[in-house]
Amino acid sequence: MSSMTRFGNRLYTGETSINFIGRRVMWYILSGTIIVLSVALTTLRGGFTFGIEFRGGSEFQVSNPASVDTAIAEKTVLDGVGVTAAPKISIVGGSSVRVQTDQLTTEQTDALRAALATAYKVPVEKVTSSFIGASWGSDITGQALRALGIFLVLVSIVMALYFRTWKMSVAAIVAVVHDLVITAAVYGALGLEVTPAAVIGLLTILGYSLYDTVVVFDKIRENTSVAYDESKRTFADSVNLAVNQTLVRSINTSIVAALPVSSILFIGSMLLGAGTLRDIALSLFVGIICGAYSTIFIAAPLYAQLREGESELTKQGRKVRTEIVRNASGAVR
Amino acid sequence: MATSSTSSRATRALVWLAVIILGFGALIASGVFFDKAGWVPKLALDLEGGTQIILSPQIAAGTTITEEELTQAVGIIRQRVDATGVSEAEVTTQGGTNIVVSIPGTPDQATLDRIRSSAKLEFRAVLVTDATAFVDGVATDISKALAADPKADLTKLGTPSTPATWPAPSADPTNGSDLNWVTPEMYQTYLTSTCDTLDAAGANVADPTKPLVVCSDDQASKYILGPVEVDGTMVSNASANYLSGANGVLTNEWGVYLTFNSAGRQAFSDVTARLTTLTGALNQFAIVLDGKVISAPRTLAAIPDGKPVISGSFTELSARALADQLKFGALPIGFEVQSSDTVTPTLGVAQLESGLLAGAIGLLLVVVYAIFQYRALASVTIGSLGIAAVLTFVVISYLSQANGYRLSLAGVAGLIVSIGITADSFIVYFERVRDELREGRTLVSAVESGWKRAIRTILVSGAVNFLAAIVLFALAVGNVRGFAFTLGVTTVVDLLIVVLFTHPILQLLARTRFFSSGHPWSGLDGSALGAVYRGRGEFRIDPTVSKGKREKVSREASKRQSIAERKAAEHGGEL
Repeated sequence: MSSMTRFGNRLYTGETSINFIGRRVMWYILSGTIIVLSVALTTLRGGFTFGIEFRGGSEFQVSNPASVDTAIAEKTVLDGVGVTAAPKISIVGGSSVRVQTDQLTTEQTDALRAALATAYKVPVEKVTSSFIGASWGSDITGQALRALGIFLVLVSIVMALYFRTWKMSVAAIVAVVHDLVITAAVYGALGLEVTPAAVIGLLTILGYSLYDTVVVFDKIRENTSVAYDESKRTFADSVNLAVNQTLVRSINTSIVAALPVSSILFIGSMLLGAGTLRDIALSLFVGIICGAYSTIFIAAPLYAQLREGESELTKQGRKVRTEIVRNASGAVR
Repeated sequence: MATSSTSSRATRALVWLAVIILGFGALIASGVFFDKAGWVPKLALDLEGGTQIILSPQIAAGTTITEEELTQAVGIIRQRVDATGVSEAEVTTQGGTNIVVSIPGTPDQATLDRIRSSAKLEFRAVLVTDATAFVDGVATDISKALAADPKADLTKLGTPSTPATWPAPSADPTNGSDLNWVTPEMYQTYLTSTCDTLDAAGANVADPTKPLVVCSDDQASKYILGPVEVDGTMVSNASANYLSGANGVLTNEWGVYLTFNSAGRQAFSDVTARLTTLTGALNQFAIVLDGKVISAPRTLAAIPDGKPVISGSFTELSARALADQLKFGALPIGFEVQSSDTVTPTLGVAQLESGLLAGAIGLLLVVVYAIFQYRALASVTIGSLGIAAVLTFVVISYLSQANGYRLSLAGVAGLIVSIGITADSFIVYFERVRDELREGRTLVSAVESGWKRAIRTILVSGAVNFLAAIVLFALAVGNVRGFAFTLGVTTVVDLLIVVLFTHPILQLLARTRFFSSGHPWSGLDGSALGAVYRGRGEFRIDPTVSKGKREKVSREASKRQSIAERKAAEHGGEL
């Protein structure tokens, strides 16, 4: 019998119960602190570091040179064509050298391309040059942000209809925004380059995070749909039980989702170096962990809090609470 | 009876799944057979290697580009790419505004220039040319005439002729055909430049109010042209048709029919009225597209109605091409290169291999974890993931054939991520079944009631994912779309697999001795799950737990009873 199964049993019966809902202030403070810290760090660093797709610039790639020594490229760029700013040089795919510079003129591009070919002793066809307009990345992001806004509106409507309460939508959306902010802040705080691939990862988080929240909320809906008058539990307790009962699933799901992503992250960083795979995987990895956390520690407590404000439930909560107190003192037994 | 009907329903679901997979397989096979398509999905440029150029329209703030304009622009750009002899180039639109040109391999500079240049159309009067095609009369040596009399009326001289030098302008030019536009320096450029250098000099971005030294598009002739007199924005329509002869009967010669708008009509009327009085090169007007003379016809008569016909040595094809170019060139928008990205085939292969490797490792990790968590039940997970992989592959292959979908690196990442999301549906399902077992149900009924609860959750969470995919696909551009596409496909595949494979298989397995007896390795072992609920109101409590805990459990358990159960318990089993 695996210990996880036994853990699941105890959570299911209520034998073991972790008080997620009751300690909500603690979780709020924890998340708030993380957000404030990461935003502050990002600001201290001078904002996000944007990739070439956002800044615009020229990019050269030397395929399969005999040596992938980046010093050669650095020397070539600085000596050759009068590029003053320090070029960004990285090894991609393990066997190619990538050089990113500020935007060059056509003549400079041709000259640098030839110079790189000579320096790395490859035919000039093996050196590709690309140019990225500064508007490209921001265009993609602008569209993506618009999509994000529309998606959030649509999904809150869908969830409000399905769960028959807008409060679940609000709690779920707050959790998603929480995940997006923290993931973006990780990029900002660590000074990682923001590329379109990272933006894609960020967008996927919202699908994933909501998915995770919906699964847990569905259990909450099930547990709290019993007529309240008949229930011996406060609303918050019902929510807490649902979170506990789905905890094993939440852990299993997060691990299973994180495993392939960490595999991409590992392969991406070790074999490919900078690139699409690593950037997508990194934001996803952070986002999946955040998403699992926020469902349990932010969305569910927030929902309970929103609902507890309702008069009917408050009354019910008081009634149940007094009953429990009486039970504990043994007065009714 | 009920049992056999459940089994047959389960079997039917499995048959349906097989039909779907084989159906897609057959569609792909027919594509391979009839259209010479491939069995595997086509790869995008970042995996295959090649160059991708993204062109965005230059439009004034507050205006938008219409679908029709974009389609026309795609048409002209496709024509240009095809004309360069590049095979398998793809020209598509993106996000309703941009044009994406994908070319395999690394294209040469000329190809890139051809694509990058905007579709700018200009009509300029010809001042000097070495083209002989349209010149009537005997060529006269301008330099001799000039030597004899520097103020000779050059407009009366025929061309071509190639004097070694050109006199300095004697006065400010008065109209577009005034030879005073030509400076000695410009003439030297005209004499010494080759067409390649002229093209590189950026004739396309020339000032429309200045004269221009330019080449014909076949690079056969050079021209010095006057300033722009009519431009592409004034052409309202162009079509290709047979020319009509003197008596109105159509000949078998092709021509291009132009229609100007009112401003163009006036301007064109003025120009042609002036040009008909001139001879030689000066009688011609040049149609310049993207800084190249595509045609320089003679002006036989003044054209006041704004509907000139361009004759020449056209074939049907070249006439239609010119009509298209004139029509499309008349677009009020130019395009600028937003990005040009080259991926070498080597890097593409390296990225694809790493992506596949990452996928394989990710799958393996998920399988190991599933075995650790669910024991023999993991075989259902592994089987489901396997079938999901097959179904995803055939669906993507089919879409690649039918809709030209290309798998990009972002798409591959989407597929790998979906392993986790697909496996999650199984986890939700299995955990629900385990919950039901904990309630003390038999495996067969636990599978049924667990399924009823799980499918709701799976459907609504699937809907959320699918909504995300659709919104991203519809609104986002570039790589985001590729990613959203795979996310959407895998969500649907996930739902199909859960309904048509995982659940039926579990229904069937629940009837096997190994699983129904709750074998410790089955992953659905009732006692391991502490099937606490033994019947109405009765709970089996683990004797090892402390007394206090036992009380807490029974309190908790009694809370979890349904109203009916509680009432039944109160009545002391009267029911």
